[in-house]
Amino acid sequence: MRDTAAPATPPLLSVEDLRVDYGAVRAVHGVSLNVAAGEVVALLGANGAGKSTILRTVSGLLRPRAGQIRLAGQAIHRLPPARIVRLGIAHSPEGRRVFGSLTVAENLRLGATTRSDRDKVPGDRERMYELFPILRERMRQVAGTLSGGEQQMLALARALMASPRLLLLDEPSLGIAPLIVRSIFATLAELKRQGVTMLLVEQNINVALGLADRAYVLRTGEVSLTGTAAELRDNYERVAEAYLGARQ
Amino acid sequence: MSPGLYIVQQAINAVSLGSLYALVAIGLSLVFGILRMTNFAHGDMMMVGAFAALVIGAAGVPFEWALVGGIVVGALTGVIVERVAYRPVRGAADVTLLLTSLAMTYILENLGILLFTSSPHGFPIPEWLDSSYEFHDGQITFTQVNVLTVVLTGISLSLLGWFVTRTDMGLGMRAAAEDMPAAHLVGLDVNRLIVVAFALASAFAGLAGVLWAAQAGVVEPTMGFTPLLKAFVAAIIGGFGSIAGALLGGYLLGVLEVFIVAFLPSEMSPYRDAIVFTLLIAFLLFRPYGLLKTSREVKL
Repeated sequence: MRDTAAPATPPLLSVEDLRVDYGAVRAVHGVSLNVAAGEVVALLGANGAGKSTILRTVSGLLRPRAGQIRLAGQAIHRLPPARIVRLGIAHSPEGRRVFGSLTVAENLRLGATTRSDRDKVPGDRERMYELFPILRERMRQVAGTLSGGEQQMLALARALMASPRLLLLDEPSLGIAPLIVRSIFATLAELKRQGVTMLLVEQNINVALGLADRAYVLRTGEVSLTGTAAELRDNYERVAEAYLGARQ
Repeated sequence: MSPGLYIVQQAINAVSLGSLYALVAIGLSLVFGILRMTNFAHGDMMMVGAFAALVIGAAGVPFEWALVGGIVVGALTGVIVERVAYRPVRGAADVTLLLTSLAMTYILENLGILLFTSSPHGFPIPEWLDSSYEFHDGQITFTQVNVLTVVLTGISLSLLGWFVTRTDMGLGMRAAAEDMPAAHLVGLDVNRLIVVAFALASAFAGLAGVLWAAQAGVVEPTMGFTPLLKAFVAAIIGGFGSIAGALLGGYLLGVLEVFIVAFLPSEMSPYRDAIVFTLLIAFLLFRPYGLLKTSREVKL
């Protein structure tokens, strides 16, 4: 049932005409976007624009009212979250959501529960400790005692332990000291170089456009502007307008 | 009688009673931790386990295996109740879950009355278990059942401790209890974790039921009610939903009850429960979330 104009290989993630309600509130109405393998795509927009709702629907926490979500061509919008993780989407949620009563090492262990290639898990854990040396130091420490930045690193590492084809990142800079934000985004840039595909929700436009290849700007549940990161950086007024346009 | 020996004797009683409270309270906390649901039918798993052991024992099976049978039947009953009664209303309002579990209590108790009548049945124990130890001219006595209770509680709690700290599934259970949406996001099969939580909780209740019956010498369909109430108190004292808290609360409650009876004038003994519940209310005024828990609500 493919559009004749569609490329021969489908994008890694394609979202078509997605509509999601939050109770009586229509949070997302008619969003289409796609992410190609190896690409980093940012979702920008003001609070309540529907960015996090889209991520939560992609990872299966929310059910869409209409529309389709496909991972490498396979429809996933009716699958439970556990299946979606197994298909290769890992979600590092807003507010980090590490398991505070478990240790750093246990959090990483749970990140890898869905892996079928168990023999590769120790190597990946080692890679995480190299990527975030502070996590190695805090390995046996309960995650609830980490600083916000350290918890963000752990949330990232926990998601990466699933060895995902697509990483969903929700506000990795939220509530974190600017210096740590820079270090986290440097790590994300390194992951991008290694070919990790990401869909990034971020309020900090500069940081997001510094990392992303492309971006979509959302306004009240719809895409109001899209383009490459370079284009959007050069048209700052249009981005701002796309953000705040609701207040005409 | 020397006061030192008297205290030792009371401490032995307290540990034995506290073990039973802890076994039942941990089950309540396991289920509450992962489902945020107070399972009132939990006490009836004790009754189911005790009757199962009675029936299996009556068929000529040795007590040891009847006890294992009681644990297994208890666990299976818990899993079935979750599947047919609780899962369909999961996600409904808290009060719906509460009423469903109350309804389940009545269904199980009435089922017990239908099958076994409402009168108590003697619970025979084998000869090796029906003995006691005496020290210092009988100033310190405890029964073989007391010993069995404490030993089996120790073994089950050690196994549980190993499970929740060393296995993927046990860690997953703690993770889901702490933050359900995040547990979904790391790909944990939450349904399966809930089934395992019910199986474990009900197995513990089944074990407690058999031990309770062995101590009391009788089983009856409503035998789960009082221990449930006590376990509820124990779990709250420790911090509802916390496994370590339930353990601590169970033993604290055992100590409290035994020592209230031991040290208050004998005419006060009938008021033991009233005193315990008054102390509970007073305690909750100072620590509303129990000993081992701090208030923390998460949303997504």
